[in-house]
Amino acid sequence: MSASAVFVLDLKGKVFTEYFKELEEESIQDNFVVVYELLDELMDFGFPQTTDSKILQEYITQKGNKLEVAKTKVPTTVTNAVSWRSEGIKYKKNEVFIDVIESINVLVNANGSVMSSDIVGSIKLKTMLSGMPELRLGLNDRMLFALTGRDKGKSVAMEDVKFHQCVRLSRFESDRTISFIPPDGESELMSYRINTHVKPLIWIESVIEKFSHSRVEIMVKAKGQFKKQSVANNVEIHVPVPSDADSPKFKASTGHAKYVPEKNLVVWSIKSFPGGKEFLMRAHFGLPSVENHELEGRPPITVKFEIPYFTVSGIQVRYMKIIEKSGYQALPWVRYITQSGDYQLRTNS
Amino acid sequence: LKVINCCVWDPSGEIFELKAELNSDKKEKKKEAVKKVIASMTVGKDVSALFPDVVNCMQTDNLELKKLVYLYLMNYAKSQPDMAIMAVNTFVKDCEDPNPLIRALAVRTMGCIRVDKITEYLCEPLRKCLKDEDPYVRKTAAVCVAKLHDINAQLVEDQGFLDTLKDLISDSNPMVVANAVAALSEIAESHPNSNLLDLNPQTINKLLTALNECTEWGQIFILDCLANYMPRDDRESQSICERVTPRLSHANSAVVLSAVKVLMKFMEMLPKDLDYYGTLLKKLAPPLVTLLSAEPELQYVALRNINLIVQKRPEILKHEMKVFFVKYNDPIYVKLEKLDIMIRLASQANIAQVLAELKEYATEVDVDFVRKAVRAIGRCAIKVEQSAERCVSTLLDLIQTKVNYVVQEAIVVIKDIFRKYPNKYESVIATLCENLDSLDEPEARAAMIWIVGEYAERIDNADELLESFLEGFHDESTQVQLQLLTAIVKLFLKKPTETQELVQQVLSLATQDSDNPDLRDRGYIYWRLLSTDPVAAKEVVLAEKPLISEETDLIEPTLLEELICHIGTLASVYHKPPSAFVEGSRGVQHKRLPARMGAGLGAAPAAMPASLGGAPAVGGGLGDLFDLGGGVGMPTGSYVAPKTAWLLAMKAKGLEISGTFARRGGIIQMDLSLTNKAMSVMTDFAIQFNRNSFGLAPAGPMQVLTPLSPNQTIDVSLPLSMSGPVMKMEPLNNLQVAVKNNIDVFYFSCQYPLSLLFVEDGKMDRQVFLATWKDIPNDNEAQFQIKDIHLNSDVASNKLQGSNIFTIAKRTVEGQDMLYQSVKLTNGIWVLAEMRIQTGNPNYTKTNGFRDCMQKQMYDSTSVVRFSSK
Repeated sequence: MSASAVFVLDLKGKVFTEYFKELEEESIQDNFVVVYELLDELMDFGFPQTTDSKILQEYITQKGNKLEVAKTKVPTTVTNAVSWRSEGIKYKKNEVFIDVIESINVLVNANGSVMSSDIVGSIKLKTMLSGMPELRLGLNDRMLFALTGRDKGKSVAMEDVKFHQCVRLSRFESDRTISFIPPDGESELMSYRINTHVKPLIWIESVIEKFSHSRVEIMVKAKGQFKKQSVANNVEIHVPVPSDADSPKFKASTGHAKYVPEKNLVVWSIKSFPGGKEFLMRAHFGLPSVENHELEGRPPITVKFEIPYFTVSGIQVRYMKIIEKSGYQALPWVRYITQSGDYQLRTNS
Repeated sequence: LKVINCCVWDPSGEIFELKAELNSDKKEKKKEAVKKVIASMTVGKDVSALFPDVVNCMQTDNLELKKLVYLYLMNYAKSQPDMAIMAVNTFVKDCEDPNPLIRALAVRTMGCIRVDKITEYLCEPLRKCLKDEDPYVRKTAAVCVAKLHDINAQLVEDQGFLDTLKDLISDSNPMVVANAVAALSEIAESHPNSNLLDLNPQTINKLLTALNECTEWGQIFILDCLANYMPRDDRESQSICERVTPRLSHANSAVVLSAVKVLMKFMEMLPKDLDYYGTLLKKLAPPLVTLLSAEPELQYVALRNINLIVQKRPEILKHEMKVFFVKYNDPIYVKLEKLDIMIRLASQANIAQVLAELKEYATEVDVDFVRKAVRAIGRCAIKVEQSAERCVSTLLDLIQTKVNYVVQEAIVVIKDIFRKYPNKYESVIATLCENLDSLDEPEARAAMIWIVGEYAERIDNADELLESFLEGFHDESTQVQLQLLTAIVKLFLKKPTETQELVQQVLSLATQDSDNPDLRDRGYIYWRLLSTDPVAAKEVVLAEKPLISEETDLIEPTLLEELICHIGTLASVYHKPPSAFVEGSRGVQHKRLPARMGAGLGAAPAAMPASLGGAPAVGGGLGDLFDLGGGVGMPTGSYVAPKTAWLLAMKAKGLEISGTFARRGGIIQMDLSLTNKAMSVMTDFAIQFNRNSFGLAPAGPMQVLTPLSPNQTIDVSLPLSMSGPVMKMEPLNNLQVAVKNNIDVFYFSCQYPLSLLFVEDGKMDRQVFLATWKDIPNDNEAQFQIKDIHLNSDVASNKLQGSNIFTIAKRTVEGQDMLYQSVKLTNGIWVLAEMRIQTGNPNYTKTNGFRDCMQKQMYDSTSVVRFSSK
C-alpha cells in the first residue's frame, strides 16, 4: 500500500544493475543470496529504506565470505543525515569534474513544422575529494534569474530543475544557492528542462519517393544551424527504408552512407559537421515486384550528434567553491557538450 | 524463476544428503548446504523436514550464514510453530549482540515470524531495540512495531509500544523519524479511529523540519503522512504548501509525486481567488512535465497520475499539450495513455494541432493505437463543439482509406457525434452506407443499424438495408439484435405503409425464436405498444433523446477524489481504490479531499461567535428529548422523531426518500423509506455520506435486496458508524447524503438530533462531575428555557435517561428541583448540564456547561480529542 509505485522501477533500474551489470533471469538465479540480502536492506515490511547502491555496497558484497571480520559494523552512512557519502574518503589529488550536458529533443512534423522541442540539461559530477567537503555551485545569473521568473525577456528560461538528494532544496528555494555535500565518484547533481523554440541544430529535409514494384529514391539534405565556430561530431542520420528494399546505391557529398538491413535503415555518418554547412545524400533502392502485404509503420528520420564546448541554453558554471575542514585546495574542471536526445523528423512516405 | 533442476527430484535422497551436510563440522560445507536448502526453497520445493538441522546452524558468527538461516525460518516457522520455539533463544541473544547489524537483523526477522508463541518472546528484545543506541537498530525496531501490530494489535497496545513509537517521531535521527512515521501511518490505516498520529500544528511542524533531512524514501513517508492531515484553515494550508513545494525539485520521481499529492489535496482548501492559488497551479506543471523525460515505465506511472490530475484540475496542464504528443518509439502503453490525456486537454485553443496529430496517428500500423486515435477524434468532436465539423470531415477522410478497422471505429464514433449534434451531419450518412458490407464487428454493426433506424426517413432504402441484416438475425450478437429490433420499429413508425411486413418479421423473430429474455421483453413491449396505441408508441420510441456529453469518459467524482488522495501509489496507476485490490483491513478506509473553505473570506470557524451555528437545532433537539409527542415513546428507549421527507420525487426522477435517525442499543441507525414514484423499476441502490462533524458513515452497504417497483415503498434501516472522515458542518448536525440507483445519483441533506451521539456509558462519576463542573469556563456555558412541559423531575430524569442523559445528582432548593446531568458524545466530549425545574411551572431552565462550548468548539475539540485520546 504505502510503497510507492516508483520504487520497484527504481530497484530495477539502479540497484540490481549496479550489482549484476545486467538484470536477467540468470543473474538473479546465480546471485540469489545477494538478491535476498539486498531486498532485506532495500525494503522492510514494504517500506523502502535505502536504494543507494554505493552505500549498500559498503556492507553487502558479492563475496560475503571474504569479509567475515570487516563486516561487523553498520556503515554510519545508512542512517546518517548525509546518507549518500561515507566518512573517511581520501584522495591524493583533490579534483572535481563537472560535465554540463544538454540533450536536444525535437519532434518535427512531415510538413516541416516543429511540433515540440526542448532541452534536457544535466550537470554531472565526478567527485574525487577527501573528507566531507561543502560545495557551492555558481551558475551564471541569466539562468538563475530565469528560474525565479524575474527575467522574462531572455530567450532561455528554465522550466524545471531537479536536484540530487544531496542538494539542500529549501536553501535553493529561499536564496537560489546550490549547496551540497557531494556523493563520492560519479553522480548527477542536477537536471533541468528548458522549453525553447530555437531552431533545430541540425535541420533535415528529405524526399522519399516510393515507386511500387520498382524502386525507392531517397534524397536527404542536412544543414547545420549552429554557430560557424562550432563543429558537430559523430553525426549519424538514420533514414528509414521499406523492409523489402534491396540493392542499395548511395551518393553522399560528405561522410558515408551504409545500409543496415536488420533495422531497415540507411545510416549516413559524418565525422565532423561544421556549423552553417549543408550536405546532401542520395540513395536508391530496388523493390521486389511482388508487393509486401504486411503493413509497415512510418518511422521517422532520427539524428544523433555531439557538439562540444557549446550549450544551447548558454548555461555557464561561474564557480565551484570547495570547503573542507582540512583546508585542501581542490580544482574544478568544467566541460560543456550539447548532444541529440530524442531527435525525430517525421516523413510523409 | 526457472526450475533449476529439471530431472525428477527425489526428495528423500536429497534431503538425506543435505541433512548430513548441514550437520558437518566444516563451516564452509555447512554454509554451502544452507545455500542449497534456500535455493530449493526458492524454487518451491518443500524442505521443511530439515527444520531442526537448519536451526542448529543459527548460532554462528558468520553474518551471511545467519541471514540465510533467518530466511529459512521466516518461510517455515508458520508451518512448524513448535519447532520455531527452538529459535527463540538465539533471537533473544542476537538482539543483544555487540554488532548492530546482527541486533537489527534479529529484530527484523522476529517481526516476520508470524507465530503467536514467538511474538510473546519478542516484546522484551523489541523494547530494548527501540531504545538502542544505534539508529540503524532503532529504525528497524520502529518498523517491527508495525509488523507486530499486524500480528497482534492488542499486545502492541498493552506493551505500550505505540507510545514508544510516538516518541521516536522526535528522535534525533531523521531515518528513525521517517520509519516511525511510516509505521504509525500503517497502523493508523487499519485503525482509522485510533488517533495514533497526533497530527496537530506542532507535530506537523516537526515533520516538515524532518522533511529537509530525510533520505528520499523517508521524505515520501513524511509527505504521505502530511497528506492525511486536515489543516484548520486556508492559511495553515498555504503555509504547509509553501514548505512542501521545494520537494518538487527532487530528483526522485516518487518524492515529486508525493509532494504533488499533498499540494493537490491542500489546494482544495485554498480560495481560488487567492494569488497563491495561481502561483501553486503554475508551479505544479513543470515537474509533472519533467516526469515524462524518464524511462518509459516511469513515464507510464507519471501519465496515469497526470490523467487523474488533469481530470481534477485541467488548468494545471492546459498549456502543455505538446508534451503529450506521441513519439514513434514510445511503447504502446505510453502511447495509449498519452492519447487519453490529449483528449482531456483538448480545447478550442489547441484543437487544430490535436486533430492534425490524431489524423497522423490514425494512419499508423498498430491496430490498438489506431483504433484509439480514431475514437479520440470522435471524442474531440463531442468535447469541443467548434471543432465538430472538422472532426467529422477528418473521420470521413479516414473512412475513405477503406482500412477495415478504421472504418468500423469511425462509424462507432460518428454515431456518438449524431447523438451530440442531432440533425447536423446527416449528409454523411450516404458515405457511411457505402461501407455497410465491410462491417464485421458487433459494435460497428450496431452503430450503423442505429444510424439507419434513427434517420430512416432520410434514407430511401432504409427498409432494404435493415432487411439485409434481418436474414442472419440469429447469428448476430445480442447488441446487434436489440439494435435491429429498435431500428425496424422506428422505421415502421416513420414509414408505416411499406414496412408492416418487416416489423412483424422482426417482432416474431425477437419474441418467438429467441432465447434471450432481454430481446424477448423488448420485442413484447414494442408489440403491445404498437397494437394498443400507435400514437403512444411514437411518443415513446421516437422521443427526443438526451444529448450525450464528454462526461461519460470521466472518472466518477467521488472515486476521482479518492484516487487523488492516493497519487503516487498503485491505486493511482490502476485507477482503482486500494480496497479493490488490497486484501485485509488495510486500505478499506476511503480517503477524501478536504472541503474548500468559504470562498475568499478566509473563513475561520474558530473565530465565530459562540451563539451562532447549531443553536436552533440543539434547542429543538432538547425539546424532542422530552418526547413532547404525548409520552407514547417507550421510557427506556431514546426518542425517535417521525420520518420526514428528505428527498422529493420531483427532484429525484421519481425516487422519494423520507427518514429519521434512531439510537437502538448503542447502535446508530438511519431509518429510511424509499418510495418509487416513477414508472420504471429501480435497482442498484447505494448510499454515501459527505464528511460531517462527527464522522458519521454507513457501517455497511444499504441493503435493498429486491428491485423497487413503481409505487412500492421499502423501509430500510442502515446502521451507521462513527469512523468516517470528519469535517465541521453548518449547522453542526447537518448531514449530506448521496443516494444512487440505476437511474442517477441524488443528493440531499438532513439533520440528525445530537442525542443520537449520546453514548450509553455517559454517566460521570459524582466526584469527577463536581471537579469538572468547576473547571468549565463561563464562556462555555449556555442556557435554554424549555417551555410547557408538565413533568416532574423524576419522570423527566427517567425520560432523559432513555436518551443517555444521565442524572448524577438531584437537590431541591427553594421549591425548585435541580438535576445535575452528564452526557458523553461519541467523540469523547462530555457535556454537563444543570436543570432547574420549578414545580408547577411548566418552564424548565437548563444550563449546559460544556467541557467545551457546544456550538463553537464542539468541532474543534472533536478534532483534538479525535487525535489525542486513546
